Amino acid sequence: MKRPMLEIAGLFKAFGENAILNGINLKVPTGELVFVIGPSGSGKSTMLRCCNRLEEPTSGAILIEGTDICGLGVDINAMRRKVGMVFQSFNLYPHLNVRSNVSLALRKVLKLPRAEADERSMAALDLVGLAQRADFFPSQISGGQQQRVAIARALALEPKVMLFDEPTSALDPELVGSVLAVMRDLKASGMTMLVVSHEMGFAREAADRVIFMDGGVIVEEGAPEAVFGAPKHERTQAFLSRVRG
Amino acid sequence: MNQILDQFLNFQVMGAAFPTLMAGLLTTAEICVVVILLGLAGGLGVALGSLHSSRWVRWPSIVLVDFFRAIPPLVLLIFVYSGLPFAGIRLSPFAAVVIAFLLNNSAYYGEVYRAGILSIGKGQFEAARSTGLTRAQTMLYVVLPQAVRNVLPDLLSNTVEVVKLTSLASVVSLGELLYAADMARSVTYNASPVVMAAAVYLVILWPLVRLVSRFERRLSL
Repeated sequence: MKRPMLEIAGLFKAFGENAILNGINLKVPTGELVFVIGPSGSGKSTMLRCCNRLEEPTSGAILIEGTDICGLGVDINAMRRKVGMVFQSFNLYPHLNVRSNVSLALRKVLKLPRAEADERSMAALDLVGLAQRADFFPSQISGGQQQRVAIARALALEPKVMLFDEPTSALDPELVGSVLAVMRDLKASGMTMLVVSHEMGFAREAADRVIFMDGGVIVEEGAPEAVFGAPKHERTQAFLSRVRG
Repeated sequence: MNQILDQFLNFQVMGAAFPTLMAGLLTTAEICVVVILLGLAGGLGVALGSLHSSRWVRWPSIVLVDFFRAIPPLVLLIFVYSGLPFAGIRLSPFAAVVIAFLLNNSAYYGEVYRAGILSIGKGQFEAARSTGLTRAQTMLYVVLPQAVRNVLPDLLSNTVEVVKLTSLASVVSLGELLYAADMARSVTYNASPVVMAAAVYLVILWPLVRLVSRFERRLSL
């Protein structure tokens, strides 16, 4: 088996006395989309945030292309360029226009000259279908468009892995589709993706694997048809029946 | 009535005192420029210090800010000018004024910046860090531009306070606007120069105060 793009090994995370993650092991091969579901408080987001060290793991390893990003002497800022992150609340920079939102890291982290950074930003915005909004400010575009700009901002750095933390949860229902469409394109282009979301329909259609988390551990994992169609574990069944109402 | 006008609005006396007052105004302007510019920089320094992740930076910053906000600026000024010579440190009136007001104002500007930085959501830091920006770059390009915009009225309002504060420099015989006016008063034995000084402060500060109110209104919309 070839080396996984992203590997989480023995990941524990506690906030003080409060254990959030109790030993997560997960391998995501290149180009795979792994979809993470689970009740709130199950540790999904924390696991995702450990993957670019927005949260520091208490113990365990996170490997990107075989390099432990938690290791001593690792340049965390260089590692973060390999891991794109998309947040529930978009987190665009409100004082910068769409183009500058995308180009800021290109100019300041990759040190590209402005012209080149702008060119690459426009290419990334084109991928999410928003090149024509480059001169708008975040407050002037819809939530769905803001989230697509956030995706472009991450993509412009040409990451190896993309993390999505409930990317459509803050959106009005009619805006969800456009964001999922961009994620679908991304999957088709071969991006390795780890997605925390409640969009089960999207998971069925685009995910290679679904993971059900509860209590800080992976309770069940498998192909979407298997996990959604015939969940083995009791807790998975209970969760899915609650979600489906 | 004529006597009152003669004592307070004597244009002849005002005319004679005018050059002295303008020289004083120049000194006031010099103090303001130095104290405001250095205060804005120093304030940013203590704000970043008081929000630093290491307690060895954070605690001293907080103690310093608290100390200089609690000490009356006039007490500080007299200590620096008249107290320090006992330790062999003899400063010119200008240097004493700049040091005392700078300590006072860095603390005040620092609190304003700090409030501004705290007004920026955690998501902004996380988004910036997730794209590989360093802590310093995140502060510089993402957080501070938004933070300063959010507290612009308070920064401006504090700047108005600095201008008013400079009148305390008269106590250490620094020839700023109020000192010049008071000198002119004692020479002419007439209060008109002081009235004129008050008018100069008003003319300079009233538009600034108006501006603060406008900013506040615009931001609250």
